[in-house]
Amino acid sequence: MYALPFDENRCLNCQGADCLVKCQYIEIDRDRAREEMVRIARGEDSPVLRECVTCYGCEEYCPMGNHPFYLIAEKQEALGIPPVPGPLVRRAVNLGLPFRGEPQIREINGPVLNMAAFSELTPLIQGKLFEGLPVISTDGRKMFHYFCQLMYLHYAKSSVIKERLPGVIATIMRHRPTEVICFHDECYGTYTSYCPGVGIDVPFTPVHFFEYLYNRLSELKDLIRPVGLKVVYQRPCSSRLSPGKHRFVNKIFRLIGADEVEREFVDENALCCGGTIQGQRKEGSRKRSAAIQRKNIEDMKKAGAEICVFNCPACLQTLGGMVAREGIRPVYMSDLCRLAIGETPSGWR
Amino acid sequence: MKSIYEALVGIVDGEHVSDRPEELYIYSFDLGTAQPQRPDYVVAPRTTQQVQDIVRLANREKIPVVPLGGGLSLAGLAVPLKGGILVDLKRMDSIIEVNEKGRYAVLECGVSQAQLTSYLARNHPGLTHSEPGAPPTATITGNVMIHGQGDLSQPYGFNSDLVNGLEVVLPTGEVCRFGSCAIGASWFTNHPLPDVGLFFGWCGTTGIVTRLSIRLYPAKPIRGVGQFVVENEELVPEIMEKITRTQMAEDIIAYSRAIPPFGMGLQHFTVNIAADSEKELEFKQELIWDDALGEYIRRGDGGYLGFTRGLERPQISKTSDYKKGGGFEYVGGIMPIETYPRCYRSGREISERHGIPYTVTGRCIGVGHSMMFAWTYAFNRADPETIRQAREALHETDDLVLELGGVIWKPGTYGQRLIMERLDPGTRTLMKRIKEVLDPGGIMNPGNWEGI
Repeated sequence: MYALPFDENRCLNCQGADCLVKCQYIEIDRDRAREEMVRIARGEDSPVLRECVTCYGCEEYCPMGNHPFYLIAEKQEALGIPPVPGPLVRRAVNLGLPFRGEPQIREINGPVLNMAAFSELTPLIQGKLFEGLPVISTDGRKMFHYFCQLMYLHYAKSSVIKERLPGVIATIMRHRPTEVICFHDECYGTYTSYCPGVGIDVPFTPVHFFEYLYNRLSELKDLIRPVGLKVVYQRPCSSRLSPGKHRFVNKIFRLIGADEVEREFVDENALCCGGTIQGQRKEGSRKRSAAIQRKNIEDMKKAGAEICVFNCPACLQTLGGMVAREGIRPVYMSDLCRLAIGETPSGWR
Repeated sequence: MKSIYEALVGIVDGEHVSDRPEELYIYSFDLGTAQPQRPDYVVAPRTTQQVQDIVRLANREKIPVVPLGGGLSLAGLAVPLKGGILVDLKRMDSIIEVNEKGRYAVLECGVSQAQLTSYLARNHPGLTHSEPGAPPTATITGNVMIHGQGDLSQPYGFNSDLVNGLEVVLPTGEVCRFGSCAIGASWFTNHPLPDVGLFFGWCGTTGIVTRLSIRLYPAKPIRGVGQFVVENEELVPEIMEKITRTQMAEDIIAYSRAIPPFGMGLQHFTVNIAADSEKELEFKQELIWDDALGEYIRRGDGGYLGFTRGLERPQISKTSDYKKGGGFEYVGGIMPIETYPRCYRSGREISERHGIPYTVTGRCIGVGHSMMFAWTYAFNRADPETIRQAREALHETDDLVLELGGVIWKPGTYGQRLIMERLDPGTRTLMKRIKEVLDPGGIMNPGNWEGI
């Protein structure tokens, strides 16, 4: 069975214990941080397991190449202390069950864009940026066959990921892709971080969506007219699994002439959208989530943002209405890119 | 028989009377499992006077009259079981008055839910009515006539409790008014004149309501739905009690369903919350999710799923997608809330035995005085076997409602028989007398409440 080979010696030798010291949601000093991580690695209970908001941040902060968040999620499951109440866990586990028959398989033998569990967003995939690019998982009734399952880290259900993910990879492989461009970067994180972490083989080359957009925009650079909008970026939790690709946000903004305004909660210091925090068991989670959201949006406003650019549909679902009520327009990155090459995204006024 | 057709044309006009088979076919069935039966004529009057003339004609000719609103009861209540004249009331669709200060609307009987909703949104955005979540063409009057419920039933009761006045054409053709309008005053209250109560729940067997006054309520600019979920169905009644006790919610619905799979075996609550300001919204949310339900979250027994702005009115009809062929029907029981766990378990068992993915829903009525519990069964309209299975499941569920101490809501003929078997003899005798006095010719929607 797939297992996470966590090396506690790396934690013992870690000087900074950044995984927890940098955590925006847990107050802890360096010595205790190191101690708690070692306790967790040894399968002992730790307040960290109960305090963790599952923001994925520690995966990025860890300088030792360990996987602190994957470890936390595994130990939460092993010790029976999920961060959310049992009914939410069961609901989430059932959510990913395919129930509308088998997907239609078309052999591609080339690069493919995987919409995964966001088939309903297929209308975003329009225009010159995506010309000639085959797309899979476009049927909302079948999309859970392509669902990367990593969401279950929020529910302390690593076992579900390990059980289902090989089947999902096998389904994707039936299309015979060479490269799989991941619409959602949680999928990208799954295939480039989680799978190697626990020993699941990925027989295709995953490509980050923003890297694809950047490369495609570069090909179309003669069409680009600077958008000249003041933008902020809502970084999703899953981006922490592929920090090396986060640079494409900045590169795209520069390429399309978007003015990324300076703000406090950006890059490593980005705040969670609050979607997973609001339902957690810890007392006051709903209010805590709302406070984080307020802090985040106030920061956007203070920076003078006109546009909040989203990567993750779940973040947009959680924060989109709130930023809009504050006069900041929520936009998917791909739509902003389309605007830059003279196309009009649907609904754009 | 041609003379009846001509008489109807004389009452209305040639455009709004039909005896053509293809049009009679359309009126021969509703969307549920009831056996189709064609009327002999269809007529669509525009005025109360025309309704009176039609009823008088039917009395003279001793031919049945079946009133039809939106035709969406699903229980076959407007299927002309004994043929006759089907009176389609949809043309009587004027919104006569909206009184902002008194918060009521006077409507003709053909006004649909969507019509009133959009009219209020455009012209009186500060007011709303108790919207049942039925398809948009369901009529306000039809819903009231069957003691329907809506998204304000939790605080204010059945939609039939929200009536301020009625105009009715009796089976013998006279017009009566009830409520304050009966003494020439405005249509602002149904009280305190002597209570008559002869028309709701009678399945159109005692007269045709042509106008009514319905209460309206403040429409707050922020309206949305919060969701909560538990695994243990035994917790549902106490959670309903706790939420209603806060008096901070509008609609409260608990549901469970097999498809999509995320709901399987879980009990979801949708709780509508309305507010004039962010401050009011947060105050209400705090009382509901943190204070009333916080203990379930901390124990891990219940989970908060978030609050979504905007009302997506619930539609049980989505269930019809579960089987090919798009059919569904449900039994609604008006039940004590404490029966929710047994309603859920029994309904699930009946569904699974008949090979139908289960869907059950409990809508809280009147601050928890009761709930409308719906057991929904999908079927394929093109497959008689699945229709038979659904019909059997529906009949078993009618039995179940009474066994669990509830009352069948908008019963079809099978459910009506079950109720009559159990009805208090004194009540039954009184109902029989009322029916004989009001409808001596026995022309109104015969086949319903038959043998009372």
